[in-house]
Amino acid sequence: MSVLVDKNTRLIVQGITGKVGLFHAEQSLAYGTQVVGGVTPGKGGETVLGGRVPVFHTVRDAVEKTGANASVIFVPPPFAADAIMEAADAGVPLIVCITEGIPVADMVKARRFLQDKPGSRLLGPNCPGVITPKQCRIGIMPGYIHTPGRVGVVSRSGTLTYEAVHQLTTLGLGQSTAIGIGGDPVNGTNFVDCLKMFQDDPETEGIIMIGEIGGSAEEDGAAFIRQHVTKPVVGFIAGVTAPPGKRMGHAGAIISGGKGTADAKLAALREAGVTIADTPSDLGSTMARVLKAKTSA
Amino acid sequence: MKIHEYQGKELLRGLGVPVPLGGVAFTPGEVKLVAADLIKRTGNSVVVVKSQIHAGGRGKGRFVEQPEVGGVKVVKSAEDAAQIAEKMLGNTLVTIQTGPEGKKVQRVLVEQGMNIARELYLAITLDRATGRNTVMASTEGGMDIEEVAAHTPEKILKESIDPAVGLQAFQARKLAYALGLVDPVAPRFVKFLLALAAAYDRLDCALLEINPLVVTGDDQVLALDSKISFDDNATFRHRELEELRDPNEEDPSELEAKNWDLSYVKLDGNIGCMVNGAGLAMATMDIIQYVGAKPANFLDVGGGATAERVTAAFKIITRDPNVRGILVNIFGGIMKCDTIATGVIAAVKEVGLQVPLVVRLEGTNVEIGKKMLDESGLAITTASSLRDAATKIVEMVKP
Repeated sequence: MSVLVDKNTRLIVQGITGKVGLFHAEQSLAYGTQVVGGVTPGKGGETVLGGRVPVFHTVRDAVEKTGANASVIFVPPPFAADAIMEAADAGVPLIVCITEGIPVADMVKARRFLQDKPGSRLLGPNCPGVITPKQCRIGIMPGYIHTPGRVGVVSRSGTLTYEAVHQLTTLGLGQSTAIGIGGDPVNGTNFVDCLKMFQDDPETEGIIMIGEIGGSAEEDGAAFIRQHVTKPVVGFIAGVTAPPGKRMGHAGAIISGGKGTADAKLAALREAGVTIADTPSDLGSTMARVLKAKTSA
Repeated sequence: MKIHEYQGKELLRGLGVPVPLGGVAFTPGEVKLVAADLIKRTGNSVVVVKSQIHAGGRGKGRFVEQPEVGGVKVVKSAEDAAQIAEKMLGNTLVTIQTGPEGKKVQRVLVEQGMNIARELYLAITLDRATGRNTVMASTEGGMDIEEVAAHTPEKILKESIDPAVGLQAFQARKLAYALGLVDPVAPRFVKFLLALAAAYDRLDCALLEINPLVVTGDDQVLALDSKISFDDNATFRHRELEELRDPNEEDPSELEAKNWDLSYVKLDGNIGCMVNGAGLAMATMDIIQYVGAKPANFLDVGGGATAERVTAAFKIITRDPNVRGILVNIFGGIMKCDTIATGVIAAVKEVGLQVPLVVRLEGTNVEIGKKMLDESGLAITTASSLRDAATKIVEMVKP
């Protein structure tokens, strides 16, 4: 089992004729993902990747012709919110937006639009995507570091996800699904959504949750864990040393008005019974320890 | 991106938001001219001289060279305005937000004096929890709003803006009456707020704060002070704002990093770091502190760590005189470690290495990458994990 995506996921790529979109479409295809189509306005009727993937003008065309149930967006920032709304309008159930740098005002509108489309879930933007090892890769994650297994990973950061995944693979624990929710202040799927999915997934035995400074998504996650999560959770929050008022790379990673500090998030997670990894190098071993303690208890 | 108060007020005036009359000046001579003109136009001899720096708390701030002078001063003639400007311009103002080193004042705003009956607080910013912009208003004008939020949160009134329709007049009216405003001030407040919300959208703001918003003795509603910051993701559609940038207010290294599309923030420790990914870059800073030292910077080289960008990043890091050692932490992912090693070696050869360098690589071809670094003949120490790398560099810079 897994969450969000599996071997039945049929993926289209919005922005498939761009350099990055094409590269990652090929990577996903090589990983075994069913990449059934692509969308680039003006290039409908063409094919890419040696004739294996048809290109359509619109998402609606692509969905009708291919039966796609997921879309990944590699569209430049000025047009990315429009691409998200187009996918939602076409009824795509899972929309994964990789694009970094979308204006906040555009995302505020896109999120409002999605409110009226309850059948569509947005992941991201500014995220690495989602992967269920050996089944489906959507986004930009390096597939080879993943291995099927018992731990669900959810993170606001791309490379920190890779750290956790790599350690879980090395330790033989593997991943059920790894999800990057992205580093933007206005996004779709949040920690609570992912925690709920992992809690309900029979094959996920433990959860790694990686947060960072800014906003209150981690605190919301902690409140949910306290109420509803019975599986062991290992947490890490990046940015203990980040100064207030400075954007640390991610648009959402900023302490403003004294809110969104790493210390407050760590305290909320600890209070919810989450085991905190002291450093990112300890994420895998901490998970191994708490899983072992649970089995022997 | 941030701008000066006078620039913000000019933008707001242009978008129909009432602000006091005033103008910027760079020399005491210019101050005298602007002040004399204001006095002539208003018939009021009171003018205010306000230091322009990108930091708040100016009124209570003090000049290093002129400890008896604050950052904002009310005077009663054009001559006095010039005299006080003489003490401000070219001197260093220290406020609660500048840090002890302060900021050099190079321009002042000369503004008409106001007969203030009431001071209010008004701001628009993103509420991340709802994904919507929110208006915040309070009777506690002129106060530090974070203090108000901490001690008397019930004094902050909020109205959420539905992005489908924008801020509505009824919402502004609700706030006006809740703030205790009565006619003819209440409708003026409503008009002010609707114009402010339109300006927020028009300029792609991240924060638009009016503190204080004043009601004058003759019932006018004006922005006495304004603080604007823009959404950095939207700068591509606001090229006109680019010319408002004041390079004196920005760290030169942060500016250069921007030109290379690197994300860099200077900090006050002595271990420079170069990392791919924002989360991992923050975590690298944290682990440096965890093992007993302090990071000199945040630096995210992003996904494509090419030799050119790695070289640029090295130059920026090593320009900081506090740096005693460098930690490079790259999780290769899609990118191959031998490619990254090539970049690091080329960068070190070009920039030169005066301090210890520890490199931790992970990902495809990690063994080849490490071997290349080990055999490069350069003083590069390799590490097997982030924790190992941090421990090594901290050990190496110990006095």
